[in-house]
Amino acid sequence: MLGYILKRIFQLIPALLLVSVASFSIIYFAPGDPAETLMTGPDGNVNPKSVEEFRTKMGLDKPLHIQYLIWLNNVVHGNFGYSYRTEKPVFDHIKTSFGATFKLAVVSLIISLIISIPLGIISAIKHNSGLDISCMVGASLGVSMPNFWLGLLLMLLFGIYLDWLPVAGYGTGGDLEHIILPALTLGTGSAAVTARLMRSSMLEVLGQDYILTARAKGVPEWMVIGKHALKNALIPFVTMVGLNFGYLLNGSVVVETIFGWPGIGRLIVDSINMRDYMMVQGCMVFVALLFVTVNLVVDISYRYLDPRIRYEKA
Amino acid sequence: MNLLEIIDLKTHFPTSNGLVKAVDTIDMSISEQETFGLIGETGCGKSVLGHSIIRLLQSDTVMKGKIIYKGKNLLEISEAEMRNIRGEEIAMILQNPTTSLNPVITVGEQIAEAIRLHQRLNKKDAKQKAIEMLEAVRIPSPSQRANEYPHEFSGGMKQRVMIAMGLACDPALVIADEPTKGLDVTIKIQIVELMKEVTAQKAMLLITHDLGVASEMCDRIALMYAGELVEYASVIEIFENPLHPYTIGFLDSLPGRGLVPIPGMSPSLIDLPDGCRFHPRCSHVMEICRQKHPGMTEMKDGHFVRCFHA
Repeated sequence: MLGYILKRIFQLIPALLLVSVASFSIIYFAPGDPAETLMTGPDGNVNPKSVEEFRTKMGLDKPLHIQYLIWLNNVVHGNFGYSYRTEKPVFDHIKTSFGATFKLAVVSLIISLIISIPLGIISAIKHNSGLDISCMVGASLGVSMPNFWLGLLLMLLFGIYLDWLPVAGYGTGGDLEHIILPALTLGTGSAAVTARLMRSSMLEVLGQDYILTARAKGVPEWMVIGKHALKNALIPFVTMVGLNFGYLLNGSVVVETIFGWPGIGRLIVDSINMRDYMMVQGCMVFVALLFVTVNLVVDISYRYLDPRIRYEKA
Repeated sequence: MNLLEIIDLKTHFPTSNGLVKAVDTIDMSISEQETFGLIGETGCGKSVLGHSIIRLLQSDTVMKGKIIYKGKNLLEISEAEMRNIRGEEIAMILQNPTTSLNPVITVGEQIAEAIRLHQRLNKKDAKQKAIEMLEAVRIPSPSQRANEYPHEFSGGMKQRVMIAMGLACDPALVIADEPTKGLDVTIKIQIVELMKEVTAQKAMLLITHDLGVASEMCDRIALMYAGELVEYASVIEIFENPLHPYTIGFLDSLPGRGLVPIPGMSPSLIDLPDGCRFHPRCSHVMEICRQKHPGMTEMKDGHFVRCFHA
């Protein structure tokens, strides 16, 4: 098992290198010059001397591949560089923003699981009933409804008409009051997808012969569903939820912007707008690292859920 | 004494194409320790009959008649009572061991589960009993194998596990649905021998289309055609003195007897033919066969047949 994990971690290295090269070059070739953007004075005039100084200071005057190698060398030594804007370490910014995104992602995931698992199971058991159809129509609505619109509706209802929750903001360190609305927006959106998956994988499992075997043994129906069926139905479900969590961790730009949530999605967009390329580069690599890590965790949990994979040679 | 008596049983289920009359009037009985073979082609309703006995059918199925087990009508008891009978009193060994075992639960646990449910043993004792059951069906190193998953077993071994699971609570009646389907000939013989041994003290309903297996294991044999029984008698009577043209055709289609197929196809269970259900395929068809549905007649002691010609 340990060997398998080490092997998988080793395989992540080329993927991450590729991501960093790609994002580094895209940023380099993108229009707009960070030095000029940042050195533009309040009067709109650019001082060519200070632009030149900034370029030299940040190493922007060197060729692309040299810039990349310097950056890579720093990263390997644990230094993600400094923000052009604030001149503080990029990693500190990422840490703060990711903390906010992580909180939101976890709460969203919990909301999504609370909604999708029971709904999916009930729809599968009572499939083609009125209940099933209304659940699935609801899920289709949830899938097709854009995040920003759902967010605005929730804001309007709970923040303005009912006045139960704050409309937006981070509060003191992202407290429960402030997290509910953005988490609900993200959670219901992802629940719509996962509930459908839960339903279809449960339906497939319920038609299997081993379910009949369990019933023939005299296993009560709730145990047939909760033990014999669910254990099998969860296998495809976990992959989907893992992927979803990966996306949530990368920060939803739209939802974070609407609700004024200082997460990593917003950090990336703001940094792009400000041509704070060192920050963008750091965020990109960090987000890619997160994504592959979540996938690795999903693959490992897979091996616990499905004994047929567990015993295969890694 | 009869352990199980089926009277006037009809099992119908609605589908989008019409009402499937999978079991359409069956009368039969199984006495204690008797092995009763139910033979028929694919789609004649024999598996549905087996599932009907323990009410293991989709919820919109319509069942009429009586299934009397130990004096109790199984069609009238509650679902909770039925659940206590399933696995404990009447066990079922399903066909296809490969798909009938849960892939993510250990073999030992799948056997122990039934024991825990019905015999109120604790986890450890139930596990021990499961290991004993694996030993009884001759699985080598059972205490180690109990912790393994179904995919680590061969087809024949999985069938042994199914048998161990069915017999775990010492049921009085075993319904075995095609227990030898899909097995190699050599494995098949082993499974037949094993089943004969472990069910010697039990009544069994053996559902199969394999007359060879049935002749090895059964005391009596019934032939089922299009939802009803057409002939039943002792094994010797069926083989030596078959009366129904379907039985004769079935015997002639055996490899040892010339491999002669019965012409035509079994009728759809949605649209059954008028008169005798076998008449479109029968070589002895008479005018009356097209018009009247023959009843079951006793030709000899315990030899019943549903045919005007016999």
